[in-house]
Amino acid sequence: MAVIGVIDYGMGNLHSLGKSLERVAGSDRIEISFDPEKLIRCDKLVLPGVGGVLGCMNELRRLELNDLVIEASQKVPMLGVCLGMQVMLEFSEENGGVPALGLFPGEVVRFPDPPKEGTGERLKVPHMGWNRVRQVRPHPVWDGVPDDSWFYFVHSYHARPKQPEHTIGTSEYVHDFTCAIARDNLVAFQFHPEKSQGAGLRLLSNFAHWDGTV
Amino acid sequence: MLAKRVIPCLDIDRGRVVKGVKFEEIRDAGDPVEVARRYDRQGADELVFLDITASSDDRPTLFQTVEAVAREIYIPLTVGGGVRTSADVRALLKAGADKVSINTAAVHNPDFVTEAASRYGVQCIVVAIDAKRVNKKKEPPRWEIFTHGGRKTTGIEAIGWAQLMVRKGAGELLVTSMDRDGTKEGYDLELLRAIGDSVPVPVIASGGVGSLDHLVQGLQDGHADAVLAASIFHQGTYTVGEAKRFMAERGVRVREQALPAFVI
Repeated sequence: MAVIGVIDYGMGNLHSLGKSLERVAGSDRIEISFDPEKLIRCDKLVLPGVGGVLGCMNELRRLELNDLVIEASQKVPMLGVCLGMQVMLEFSEENGGVPALGLFPGEVVRFPDPPKEGTGERLKVPHMGWNRVRQVRPHPVWDGVPDDSWFYFVHSYHARPKQPEHTIGTSEYVHDFTCAIARDNLVAFQFHPEKSQGAGLRLLSNFAHWDGTV
Repeated sequence: MLAKRVIPCLDIDRGRVVKGVKFEEIRDAGDPVEVARRYDRQGADELVFLDITASSDDRPTLFQTVEAVAREIYIPLTVGGGVRTSADVRALLKAGADKVSINTAAVHNPDFVTEAASRYGVQCIVVAIDAKRVNKKKEPPRWEIFTHGGRKTTGIEAIGWAQLMVRKGAGELLVTSMDRDGTKEGYDLELLRAIGDSVPVPVIASGGVGSLDHLVQGLQDGHADAVLAASIFHQGTYTVGEAKRFMAERGVRVREQALPAFVI
């Protein structure tokens, strides 16, 4: 029996992510914890997150979880969701500019503000709601998920990875942007699979059954 | 591209879904879990629960309801009604809500929105604005906001209020026309446009839907990002799927129903 650890650092609603993982994990156990000792022993880790990047990084450091994430990122399959994806890059321009975990080269930038009235369709920030995700590179987490499936997003900032090969999924809002990244044993989504009905559950199931190789 | 959202709204009273016209003739309309599951299967993009239970003693019942629903559905759930303190927000999020809707408490203390947004993130703070037209005929339009389920006037001008709420940290606005609520005459499109065009965050249109055309109008003429409706879905007049097909035919970008094969 494998243990999937969900890193609980007080940022956001882990209820839905936890129950979605339980739904798909089969005999695997879900461990929601902020204890680095417990988490380092997990077979897989999930890094969730909502809110601001500064609060997120501060809490990760306060709970001594940033070192855990970096250490575990070299060992076990790890999934970042929403802000949990954003902190995997090197830097975010949110909150005046915040250095992040640096698991992927690149940065996190804000969507352009909505155009003024009369300049075409108004695009609101945050980007909130259902959008299609294009699978631009094959990856085991896409298994059984049709290309261009709908996923639920809510965010004002998006990742801009330096290496194009790290982008495995894109979506379009204002412009094309990276919404899924992966390398080695790491994978991360900007959207919320736990809020995206069947397609989201399928992604989580694929992660739960993934051995971390591509 | 982002789809426009269709959001059924469920009034909850002591753990049951109820329906009524303007708080009168309230009738039992079923078990929240069953109703939520039905809308989820029909392709609802989100759900809104509005707790209309009068007594605050019944809060634990609401939390149980939210928990039971959140276990069963995998789309975003917003819960509103009687959210007054940070502890209320926390308890609802912990029970499984993805967003909370704040109305009266924001009027009493606008900084409550900031407090909640900075603690839990703007993405989970919806400010509900109940607005009523107060100008006389031939005067320029003016709406003021009402609290306590539309019974209490505040004298606060609605457009400026909407802008203030966004500055205070609202991630989304739920705009209800008190003039149209329950009338089935359609949304107050002028109100929706006035607010939607003056704020950077998404607006959910509410109050007055009686036909599928009204949904399309709210998005195309009201410039809303999402449409909320209660009675047309509860009374079984239309399913969410029928509404979406109708909207798609009229050029609205909607999320098609997920294939049942996805379900694990």
